[in-house]
Amino acid sequence: MRKGRVHEVCGPSAFGFAAVVAGLAGTRFLWVRESWQGSVLNPVGGGAFFDPAMLLVAQAKDQLDALAVTEEALRDGSMPVVIVELSQPLSLKAGRRLQLAAKAGRSTGLCIIPEGMGSNAAETRWHSTPIYDPKDSTLNCWKLIKNKTGTNGAWNVRWQAASRRLHMVSPAGE
Amino acid sequence: MFAGRPRRVVCIWFPRLASDRVLRACPVDGPFALTLMQQNTTRLYCLNAAAQGQGLQRGMPYSDARAFCPDLQSQPADTAAEERFQLVLRRWATRYSPWVGLEGHDGLVLDISGVAHLFGGEAGLLADMRQRLMRAGLFAQIGLGDTRGAAWALAHAGEGQAAPGDPLTALGELPVSALRLDEKTVIALQRLGLRTIAALDAAARAPLTRRFGPDLLLRLDQALGRQPEELSPMAEPPHYGVRMTLPEPIGLTDDVMAGTERLLRQLCTKLKAQEAGARELMLTLRRVDQGNQQVELRLAAALRDPDRIISLFERGISGVDAGFGIDQLRLQATRVEPLPVQQISHVSSDRADQVDDLISRIGARIGLENIQRFLPADSHIPERSFIVAPAAYSKPEGGWAAPRPRPLSLFPPEPIAGSGSRPPKRFRWRRMSLSTARATGPERILPEWWLQDDNWRGGLRDYWHVETRQGWRLWLFYTPQNPGWFVQGQFA
Repeated sequence: MRKGRVHEVCGPSAFGFAAVVAGLAGTRFLWVRESWQGSVLNPVGGGAFFDPAMLLVAQAKDQLDALAVTEEALRDGSMPVVIVELSQPLSLKAGRRLQLAAKAGRSTGLCIIPEGMGSNAAETRWHSTPIYDPKDSTLNCWKLIKNKTGTNGAWNVRWQAASRRLHMVSPAGE
Repeated sequence: MFAGRPRRVVCIWFPRLASDRVLRACPVDGPFALTLMQQNTTRLYCLNAAAQGQGLQRGMPYSDARAFCPDLQSQPADTAAEERFQLVLRRWATRYSPWVGLEGHDGLVLDISGVAHLFGGEAGLLADMRQRLMRAGLFAQIGLGDTRGAAWALAHAGEGQAAPGDPLTALGELPVSALRLDEKTVIALQRLGLRTIAALDAAARAPLTRRFGPDLLLRLDQALGRQPEELSPMAEPPHYGVRMTLPEPIGLTDDVMAGTERLLRQLCTKLKAQEAGARELMLTLRRVDQGNQQVELRLAAALRDPDRIISLFERGISGVDAGFGIDQLRLQATRVEPLPVQQISHVSSDRADQVDDLISRIGARIGLENIQRFLPADSHIPERSFIVAPAAYSKPEGGWAAPRPRPLSLFPPEPIAGSGSRPPKRFRWRRMSLSTARATGPERILPEWWLQDDNWRGGLRDYWHVETRQGWRLWLFYTPQNPGWFVQGQFA
């Protein structure tokens, strides 16, 4: 994923995708969410992907506040990765503002969006689904469904918790 | 302090400090009393002169007092306000001498050595003091002596002055209760026939010490100046507030920012001298029409660097309505924390500072307590295996260990259809029909009986890590004591 841009992810295991992104970056990151949402991130479970001490959570009142916080954090640059959970579709203006903020702060943004509510301003959009695998329980299928600077594609990936590394699995191997 | 010059101490006793304070604000004709809940009874705490004239006393139950004196007016006492009032009086008394301390909870003690001539001698000083206190509506008894003990004795046993170097003449006829003794000792001394200080001084010392302990003679010696007694003045607490009054009102954001920056530099110099850092700042902008606009700034960490604080003020100041113009700026650090000077290392990055600034800035919008971090907690209950703490008031902690795989997201338990202690082969969850491909478990977690938790009413839980053929990896649990299946989390 390119730095200094804002990306999007949807699908059943979007949380997992975000956790992997944060874990691969290995830096401090900010998780912005709206406080009314029922499902919460479990730092004990997240420990397999990232170091929970690196995590800061911002509880915003509504999506407007969440976007304002995200923009501020992206522009500041002291948080290399900012993840935001969105519940409503993003307007083109808001998406573009996030892109400019990310560019100014040289930080990566990731929006977790409900399915089919992507914004045109996003650099890439990913769709992440878990796949059943008799041998392993971290196999995921990541589909790149929108890419501004290249072609789309699909990869099967597997997470190795001990070394915090991502392993690519060839689809033919299934 | 002044070698060779006799020490002179004034003790001011306010016998009716509490009621005088209340009556200053709203004068009352007739008997008046303050009441306080003591020993499970409402008792009289402080009376005015009229109430004392009716035969009421301190410490008598309020209901008795009402029976004696039906037109008694009363009010509950506010001890915290009295303490503040005593500090105010202490500050007032520094007009006479810099060396002023508190005496008990209803008195002041001043060291006036070498300052009396500024007020026309000791008599002039006492007269001035008495006149000002009377004008303020406070009844006071003033004692003057060579020592703190002598001044206390003279103030409490009526008024009086002891001549320098000769305490016994003035003190000799006073009762022994003027020596700051407890009530039991005073009664025992009166039974022995030692009613006055002169009689006590003339008695043999050794038997007295044997009977009453060293405290009695120590008090006597302190009053007569044979034993030294210190008098500690209170230090003024540092005041973190600066203000600026302008000859012409200003209204532009840039002008207000420039004024704030000037104030901030002054304030930060003060903070630096005290090795403190501001945690909360309040900027009060007074407008020409006497309206006040306040800008509050809460910081994620104690800070005294004006350049970093000023940029955080921008958002608040831009929201101010200047009206016809602002002619006074007042900046106050409402919460201050110690911030010792630290060695700046050449390798340390300013990342942490930057993050603190970011937290302050976001916190100004959504509230500082809404930016949180997780801290590990020692519990097997999944919802309680971590603590959510505000990031501004906590430090990150390590020690995250999950003995078994835990889901990445948790949600409130959602019931599904199913029976038996093994996970159901097929189930519907969130309008999807799923079929179990592999189930790992059970992991039994017992509720923590020492904590009340409504969510764990269902009793113990058997947790299963269920992987479905459709791909979803879920965290299910079964409650054997109250049969039912629930979904509580999702793995990545």
